[in-house]
Amino acid sequence: MQPVINLKNIKKTYVMGTVEVNALVDVSLQIMKNEYVAIMGPSGSGKSTLMNVLGCLDTPTSGLYEFNGVNVSDMNDNELAKIRNKEIGFVFQTFNLLARSDALHNVELPLIYSGMKKAERKMLAEEALSHVKLADRMHHKPNELSGGQRQRVAVARALVTKPSIILADEPTGNLDSKTGVEIMGLFNELHAQGNTIIVVTHEEDIARHAHRIIRVRDGMVESDTIVEDRILPGVHH
Amino acid sequence: MKITDFAYEVKEGLGISFQAIRANKMRSVLTTLGIVIGIVSVTLMGTAIEGMSRSFNEMVSKIGADVLFVQKFSWFSSQEDFEASRNRKNIDLKQFRAVRDQGTTLAAVSPLTGTRLPIKYRSLSSDGIIAIGVNDQYVQVGGLNMEMGRFFSQAESNGDRPVVVLGYTVAEKLFPNETPLGKIVKLGSHSFRVVGVVAKQGSFLGMNMDDRVYLPITNFLQKFSNVRRGMDIHVKAANINDLENTKEELRGILRKVRGVKPGAKDDFAINQQEMFIQTFNQIGGVIAGIGLFITALSLFVGAIGIMNIMFVSVTERTKEIGIRKAIGAKRSTILIQFLIESAALALLGGIIGIIISYPLSLLINQILPTSMPLSVVGIALGISVLVGVVSGFLPANRAAKMDPVEALRHE
Ligand SMILES: Nc1ncnc2c1ncn2[C@@H]1O[C@H](COP(=O)(O)OP(=O)(O)O)[C@@H](O)[C@H]1O
Ligand SMILES: [Mg+2]
Repeated sequence: MQPVINLKNIKKTYVMGTVEVNALVDVSLQIMKNEYVAIMGPSGSGKSTLMNVLGCLDTPTSGLYEFNGVNVSDMNDNELAKIRNKEIGFVFQTFNLLARSDALHNVELPLIYSGMKKAERKMLAEEALSHVKLADRMHHKPNELSGGQRQRVAVARALVTKPSIILADEPTGNLDSKTGVEIMGLFNELHAQGNTIIVVTHEEDIARHAHRIIRVRDGMVESDTIVEDRILPGVHH
Repeated sequence: MKITDFAYEVKEGLGISFQAIRANKMRSVLTTLGIVIGIVSVTLMGTAIEGMSRSFNEMVSKIGADVLFVQKFSWFSSQEDFEASRNRKNIDLKQFRAVRDQGTTLAAVSPLTGTRLPIKYRSLSSDGIIAIGVNDQYVQVGGLNMEMGRFFSQAESNGDRPVVVLGYTVAEKLFPNETPLGKIVKLGSHSFRVVGVVAKQGSFLGMNMDDRVYLPITNFLQKFSNVRRGMDIHVKAANINDLENTKEELRGILRKVRGVKPGAKDDFAINQQEMFIQTFNQIGGVIAGIGLFITALSLFVGAIGIMNIMFVSVTERTKEIGIRKAIGAKRSTILIQFLIESAALALLGGIIGIIISYPLSLLINQILPTSMPLSVVGIALGISVLVGVVSGFLPANRAAKMDPVEALRHE
């Protein structure tokens, strides 16, 4: 079976003046459809850089990146925007919602950019918000929502386009542990429904929701293991 | 890019613009000040020029381009000419008769002289009217239409009959409730019988054309003989296409009757409306020039202001740009968004400008028969949008080219 993501010898170097920072040294990995992967590692180890590359927000300095079998490395800006829009759902630590727009419009936005008709995108956005149990908060602006609710809006925005993969970079980092567990429950659910999910975290508890844990250190994959004692959806420790 | 995609992006852009402008009301309004001034000046200029040309066109069509004015001085002579022509002798009735009797290419001829006189009917009076002495042919030469009654006849004109034809507002003032026809009015200390009222002519460059009365010139000269400044001869040419010939004929007759020596310069002038039109065009050109200069200057200032505030806006919203890019906004999407925003900002300035200049145009309307032309409003709004798009381009392009990861990191 073709992997959703195939990285080969990915390298990402930032040049700051005369200093070169190797954020990713040599990363190769494959992620299959409907996998649920946690990426772990100490701060500064390159997790976010990896996620940005995976999410086509950033381009690697060298190496091969295939997305659903298509080489992304030499795509132009427009093509990357299209991939981000249609194939990738990104969830950030800081939610990254548009402050002036209500929940519904935030969730509709990727559909606007893909040129969907109003009635249809409204329906899909409402559906996604119901999915994350925010049907009664559609017309609230982000500052009228709690942190957990904001993150759920962000999850709804990520899944509304039915992307090939959902990427979440420390999605619980700004939430208290109870709310964090709720959000992870949401990811479990999405995974159970057939989505492919990659979550960055540095909390073991959270990582153990996933099927597979990739540990990163100094820009390299340190280990890549299957989780034996996985926390099952709905079972909270 | 599909048309529908584009339409959604424009719509989204408009929504964002209104949010952004609403969020920074004061800043937005101040930013557009240059545009406001530019639009006020361009619309007022357009209104004034429109008014002038309408006023002139009315005049030109009323009098007709085929009327020549034999006068002592040229309308548009320079100061030197004026000094040289100061001692010219007056035009008199003898010269008028020579023109009338010898001219072969003339449709109608009338002498014309006038003075300011008080007019009175019973207890009603008016001070500021102009009494004009002409002959019966003036009704054709001056292009007059009659509101009621008639113009005086040739017999009345030649027979020195004390008859008068009233201008429209004079008749209105003196005869608010009765017909003026057949009534006796007093001009100065002399009595005249009203035989007709001229239809409303309106005003020309602030001069009320209806505040005058017409009487036979011989009568005028007898009774107001203290008025010693000669007269003009107004001539309507038989054929407008032959105006130059008519002019030459008039020159010949006048040179002879005034005793101008062969080779000497004319000691009189033959004026025609075309000179007026030329001068009008010059004045219009000067107004347009000044207006355009002010407009261009303030639009330039406005454009800089908008560009500046758009750079601020782009920087402030770096994070938003990052978010939009992360979920699939293309460069062109961001570009369009910010172009629309700066166009909307400039359009706001344009609309404020029109709201300010509309009442001012009503003031202009006190002097000139005009209203703000719709085309000027359209052009003004078009210019605003154009300025917005042009001045928004650099900031919008900066936003469009932002790196999404960098932008997202921005706080
Ligand atoms: N834009 C950048 N410019 C320079 N260095 C960067 C940039 N982004 C990340 N880095 C560096 O790359 C390394 C990996 O960063 P990051 O991927 O954010 O780590 P993590 O998410 O694991 O904490 C760090 O040393 C960081 O300082
Ligand atoms: Mg990170």
